[in-house]
Amino acid sequence: MTIDGSVSPSGAVAPARSPAPTSTSSRATRILGTVALVGTAALVVFGLWITPPDAQLGETIRILYMHVPTVSAAYVAFIITAVASVAYLWKRTEFWDLLAASSAEIGVLFFALTIFNGMLWGRITWGVFWRWEPRLTTTTVLFLTYLGYLAVRRVPTSTRTRGTVSAVIGILAVVNIPITHKAVDWWRGLHQEKTIFGTVDPEMQGTQLFTAYLGLTVFLVLFAWLLIHRFRLAWLTERAEEQGLDAAIAERRAEGSLS
Amino acid sequence: MIRDAALVASKDLRLEWRGRVGLGQVLPFALLCVLLFAFALDPDRGVLQRATSGLFWMIVLFAAVLVVQRSFSVEGEDGVLDALRLSGLAPASVYLGKVAAIVVQLLALEALLLVAVAVLYDTTLRGWGLLLGTVLLATLGIAGAGATYGVVGLRLQGAETLLPLLLLPLLAPVLIGATRAGDVALGRSAGPGWPWAAMLGIFAVVYVSLGAILFRPLMEDL
Repeated sequence: MTIDGSVSPSGAVAPARSPAPTSTSSRATRILGTVALVGTAALVVFGLWITPPDAQLGETIRILYMHVPTVSAAYVAFIITAVASVAYLWKRTEFWDLLAASSAEIGVLFFALTIFNGMLWGRITWGVFWRWEPRLTTTTVLFLTYLGYLAVRRVPTSTRTRGTVSAVIGILAVVNIPITHKAVDWWRGLHQEKTIFGTVDPEMQGTQLFTAYLGLTVFLVLFAWLLIHRFRLAWLTERAEEQGLDAAIAERRAEGSLS
Repeated sequence: MIRDAALVASKDLRLEWRGRVGLGQVLPFALLCVLLFAFALDPDRGVLQRATSGLFWMIVLFAAVLVVQRSFSVEGEDGVLDALRLSGLAPASVYLGKVAAIVVQLLALEALLLVAVAVLYDTTLRGWGLLLGTVLLATLGIAGAGATYGVVGLRLQGAETLLPLLLLPLLAPVLIGATRAGDVALGRSAGPGWPWAAMLGIFAVVYVSLGAILFRPLMEDL
């Protein structure tokens, strides 16, 4: 993953005088972005118009075409964060630290979306925005766990301390995902009610099933696109901080006079 | 390793005993919480009785945050942590010692709190086997996760406010499990209580093991 071929993010130390790239996009991200955009448009058309309403869920099934993908992408994000955290403690390179942080940030965003569209679903199905439905409750607890992770990253400290501390939290948090799942499931076990996932998968057929998988694919592509950009942005932020504000301004001026 | 851990734990406990912070500040705070919950939830409507287990564990969690904070703030003073690193003790031993000291303090606090809750919330304590098992396993889990996050808080100077945000969501399964097991022990709800205690045991084993492993990088990078 190189930025304009000039800087190698996988190296621990960047060359001091390498020209900073001016954008986080590359050919690969433009292709990914286009696919995500077209896919989203297709998902909207399929999800809102082409698919029929569900026999049991009615029109609310359309929320699931977004709900399932957002929550899946978030879990993928947190697994990437955990793997990158382990790799950071092992290799101690900036690449893994920034990858973990970038992935967690997007995961939190997708979790927020999941909670939001879950609440919309709840408003229609239960008549209230919130019930202690296991999936929604678990998601909210984990959302707060990862907000803590992001808060830690904002505490001013040395890069190495920040990397170590957040890697540890990234690992502890991911281990808590199955435990929290199990605990909340059990906790709500006595109060069986219509859940946002429970009634879906086996019943889906034809265009519904296609749309569900389309949604999953589109959101994973979107996630990958966001992750690459967010990572590159984090990488550039580190470089900018290294060079100091003055140097950065001087460079921007120089670029301005060239073009 | 066990001996080193015992050394660290006894150092912590001696410090606590002499400083009386736990006794003078954390315990009164816990008792205050018992009162505040009574103010918030009308004692005449039986809510306190029904929710005894949950309220008890909420107070324990709040107190645990204070105990953990205290346990590591003493290490931040006068370069004690540097001295610990130079002492040649294995990080895992230091961690286990810390956990042990926190467990002892929390158990003492829980014993007194249990009496307070029994008296003030008019709760008859029973199901002692399950109750004790729950208290031990939940406390071990809380201390295991707490000690790891305690050193995180220590590493990030000026970020003490972060500890509750980091620790409490992680301990949500402990609160659920301990409350449910407590409910069963006290006869507030039917059903087997031991599966909940088993979950608390798994949590404790997972987080104490992870803490023992992850303490090394946390200590080395100061």
